[in-house]
Amino acid sequence: MQAVALEGVTKRYGAETVVAGVDLAIPAGEFFTLLGPSGSGKTTTLSMLAGFVQPDEGRVMMGGRDMTRVPPRGRGLGMVFQNYAIFPHLNVAENVAFPLSVRGAPKAEIESRVAEALAMVKLTGFEKRYQRQLSGGQQQRVALARAIVGHPAVVLMDEPLGALDKNLRYHMQVEIKDIQQRLGMTVIYVTHDQEEALTMSDRIAIMERGRIAQMGPPREVYEKPESSFVAAFLGEANLLPVTPEGAAARGPGGALIQAGAGSLPGKGGLAFIRPEKLSITAGLADAAPNALPGRVLHASFLGNTMRYEVEVEPGRSVLCDTANAAGAALHAPGADVTVSWNAADSRFLAG
Amino acid sequence: MPLGRLPAWLLLAPALLLLLGMFLVPIGWFLVASLQELGSLAEILEEADAVLLSGAVGGALINTLWISAVVTALVLVIGYPVSYAMSRASGLAFTLLLLCIVLPYFTSTIVRTYAWMVLLGRNGLINQLLLGLGLVSEPVQLLYNRTGVIIGMTYVLLPYMVLTLYAAMKAVDMRLLQAAESMGATPLQVFARVFMPLTLHGVVAGVLITFILALGFFVTPALMGGPGDMMIAMLIEREVELTQNWPGAALMTIVLLVVTLILYGLYSRFTTDEKGAMP
Amino acid sequence: MMGPVLRATLLKALVVLLAFGLLAPIIVVAIASFSGDGYLKFPPETFSTRWYARFLGDARWRSAIVNSVFIGLMTSALSTFLGFLTAYAMLRGNFRFKKVLASLLLTPVIVPHVITAVAVYFLSARLGVVGVRPWIAVAHTVVALPVVLVILQSALRTVDPALERAAMVCGCTRWGVFRRVVLPLAFPGIVSAALFSFLTSFDELVISIFLAGIRSETLPVRIWNSLLLEVEPTIAAVSTLLIAVTSVALGVDAVLRRVRG
Repeated sequence: MQAVALEGVTKRYGAETVVAGVDLAIPAGEFFTLLGPSGSGKTTTLSMLAGFVQPDEGRVMMGGRDMTRVPPRGRGLGMVFQNYAIFPHLNVAENVAFPLSVRGAPKAEIESRVAEALAMVKLTGFEKRYQRQLSGGQQQRVALARAIVGHPAVVLMDEPLGALDKNLRYHMQVEIKDIQQRLGMTVIYVTHDQEEALTMSDRIAIMERGRIAQMGPPREVYEKPESSFVAAFLGEANLLPVTPEGAAARGPGGALIQAGAGSLPGKGGLAFIRPEKLSITAGLADAAPNALPGRVLHASFLGNTMRYEVEVEPGRSVLCDTANAAGAALHAPGADVTVSWNAADSRFLAG
Repeated sequence: MPLGRLPAWLLLAPALLLLLGMFLVPIGWFLVASLQELGSLAEILEEADAVLLSGAVGGALINTLWISAVVTALVLVIGYPVSYAMSRASGLAFTLLLLCIVLPYFTSTIVRTYAWMVLLGRNGLINQLLLGLGLVSEPVQLLYNRTGVIIGMTYVLLPYMVLTLYAAMKAVDMRLLQAAESMGATPLQVFARVFMPLTLHGVVAGVLITFILALGFFVTPALMGGPGDMMIAMLIEREVELTQNWPGAALMTIVLLVVTLILYGLYSRFTTDEKGAMP
Repeated sequence: MMGPVLRATLLKALVVLLAFGLLAPIIVVAIASFSGDGYLKFPPETFSTRWYARFLGDARWRSAIVNSVFIGLMTSALSTFLGFLTAYAMLRGNFRFKKVLASLLLTPVIVPHVITAVAVYFLSARLGVVGVRPWIAVAHTVVALPVVLVILQSALRTVDPALERAAMVCGCTRWGVFRRVVLPLAFPGIVSAALFSFLTSFDELVISIFLAGIRSETLPVRIWNSLLLEVEPTIAAVSTLLIAVTSVALGVDAVLRRVRG
């Protein structure tokens, strides 16, 4: 069953269209992420789901009901806000109890539910603290507990981990994911952090200028981008300009390039290939498909990988990541090398 | 949660009604009805010519401008070092300075005026001091003349200047002054070429607000001034209370109102930041 | 050329002198009010509370206290209520003419009080409401409203709109958001606003002179009327009372600020 759906939802502010005809269908229990740069319309989309913003066109459906004109309080959602939005005049227990006490739940039920929610976010014992006495990570947990305390079918999360440092963020990613699976919640998650989106989501919708550029499971959108925007937004991407020649194409230095998927318009486009799919060998090899001779410009040590920037044509270089495995050969800057890849790992994209 | 257009106007309605009914409409009605008593536009202009250029009104206008200008200058000269000290002070020193400004600021004008009447009287503290130090041989007349008006108004208006200047000076980044010093500027150069230009907008705002408030002053000059210190606001009150000369009062009101609003317009341009000190 | 230490010391001395000069007149009045002498003299030779006795023993002064307090409380309630609605709408509202409206709401402090007073008197005389205390409170509200607005806008600015959204998602109606979130968070600011609007009315003189009539003399009007005749020591006692009220209000506000953090 579909927990949430958007049907042709459009929002304009004056002459500017912020969300343009977005269609979404999110099945119950899915962890769904709206990913995009700032200004792509992801936050406005979430605001329309929450009911803070009314769409100009289209419908917002939840559990099969039309919720377009229903105010936020009638939607039965949980929500985690960007800066947590902990009520500073209430303590932790009162904050978490808030959605229940507003709806007039019996006292005993409130107490047991609050205890359960606090246990779930590992904040038992913090009941009497106030916001100013909590660290950023603890505030995040309070916000999470408040969002799940009423067992809502759908929880919205607006960049909930944006303010945390890297280490803590990783821990919270795991915990949020864990709680979501235990409670079987549908989560709609907004972020601009592509790594976070890839780690947590069942499906990702990448938004660009008010539209959904591509939607699918993390691995699919990462490895099979359908546009150069998606390719470049999700991680590092090499995008080589090519001109079509039969089923294949000619790239830098006239090299023959074959791709596993995608197609090129007549006037030419781009060949997409991830840096970690490139292999690098010493010396200039003979001409072969999907092999580019070049010279190492920079070699950077990134810990678990080595990143090489290889100039394959004057003014054009490709990135190549190699695992820092035992016995891996190193290439010094200035060395002649050849980079090559499997046709199946690359795609042709329209420019 | 942003408000829609309709709820916002509903919330604003009571205050707007009050402003309309107790401020804008009365002022408009008073001016229009009073001037209509005079007859046609030509007759109004003739009367305006006669009233505004008469000795009494003309004199009061000149007094008003002169007193306001002198008071504003004095307030600036006294207020500048105090504000500077306040913007650089912290802890107890700051609290004490703030108290010295804020307690008078929120004390009734008439109480503050009365306090100076006590100090400046023939047997007041000031005269006793002057006599005791042998600076004068008999009590000096400090009250019921121009000196009294200027001392009283300077005292009453000083907090407005200090709070405006303080806001501007507090906003100056101290590191800029240190940077100038590190480039070899003398303290005087740091002040003249960095601090002054950065606080100039505060000075302009403070001067304008002090001058605007001085123009409409009524209580202090009425109690501390002599017969020769009639200011325009006092004259308006007198026309209404004593002679019931509404048209005359209306003409003078228009002059005072127009000057005030023009200066307020200027003031608003210098305080785009709404955090600035409020009168 | 002066040394930097000398210059700093001179500046400090000057500031101390000026700051003391600002506070001194108020202190002098307070001390003089306890004088036991027959006429105003500073420093007093003997001390007593005779001027307070005379002040509180006089029926006209007593009724002036009642009038001032009554009008002050009404002004405070009215302007705080109107000011809260207005400040909230100005902060969260999304409408045209916002800037124009903001300056318009502040004009009553800028326009000389004499003009407001004469105009409201003109209106009141025609309506036959000169000397009616609630009417005086309404007129005071016009000049108290800008004060309230400045205080409440800065208080409400600290209420994060995300908190209001959070409350809505949690099931609150607009009124619920108001009662459970906005009101408690803005409470110290509301108390400050009520205090300072009371003070504005309690100290107001010019509008009161015109509107008080004989029936509703407030304390400042009564001081004004006696000062026009002579500088008598009873007024020192009355002034000290007004100063005390101001000091208490400032003290309470300072405590509230600390609570607000």
